[in-house]
Amino acid sequence: MNMRSPLSRARGLGSAKSGTDHWWMQRLTALALIPLVIWFVVSMIIVTGADHAAAVEFISSPINSVLLILLIVATFIHGQLGLTVVIEDYIHTRWLEVGLIIAVKGAAIFLGVASVYAVIAIALN
Amino acid sequence: MATDNRPLSPHLQVYRPQFTSVLSILHRITGIGLAVGTLLLVWWLIAAAAGPTEFDAVQNFIGSIVGRILLLAWSFALYYHLCNGIRHLVWDAGKGFELSTAFASGWLVVVAAVVLTVISWVAGYASFGGF
Repeated sequence: MNMRSPLSRARGLGSAKSGTDHWWMQRLTALALIPLVIWFVVSMIIVTGADHAAAVEFISSPINSVLLILLIVATFIHGQLGLTVVIEDYIHTRWLEVGLIIAVKGAAIFLGVASVYAVIAIALN
Repeated sequence: MATDNRPLSPHLQVYRPQFTSVLSILHRITGIGLAVGTLLLVWWLIAAAAGPTEFDAVQNFIGSIVGRILLLAWSFALYYHLCNGIRHLVWDAGKGFELSTAFASGWLVVVAAVVLTVISWVAGYASFGGF
């Protein structure tokens, strides 16, 4: 979403970096996570202590599969955005700061894709 | 212009914490904790995909004393971050900035997080069928 005013676009003097993108994505994912987290917690309370068969049955139900994937995607986008800000705020050695941000984003993509793959593998098995 | 060696804001040695600033830093701390706690969800899902043996290992870990303490900390962090996150979204909408309102909403968040954590654990144990 472009949050710049028409005048600002015409002047062509925008942010040197990514402008409001980070802020906006953080809020969008926060909004999405409100219902997703409530659904997830209630579901986890219901499947507490489940054996493998019961867990597989829960995960492979179509609606649960879709909501789990949405939860994973929104969580990892939101989490890596948050951790990036924390690193930018407190790590003042440039190479370490950039290195940690790359590591966080890489880990979020790897773990996010692995989790989505696990859900799909269970659902289609 | 030198950009390194600048003082941290707030200056921690002379800064007097207030209720609202403590809640603010707690939002960050719970956020970091939740990022780490997400590893448990990743492990749980991958183990469920891998098979019963791997899945039992996760369930045994979650059911252990250490697992339950981590899960308790994680559930409180989740509720705190969720409630305070909603408080932040209200601020983003430009509302609730009066000092008295900020204090009241802060207390509401703390109480809500504690109450929701207790309710969840009572419901969890009831669903599990005891301790």
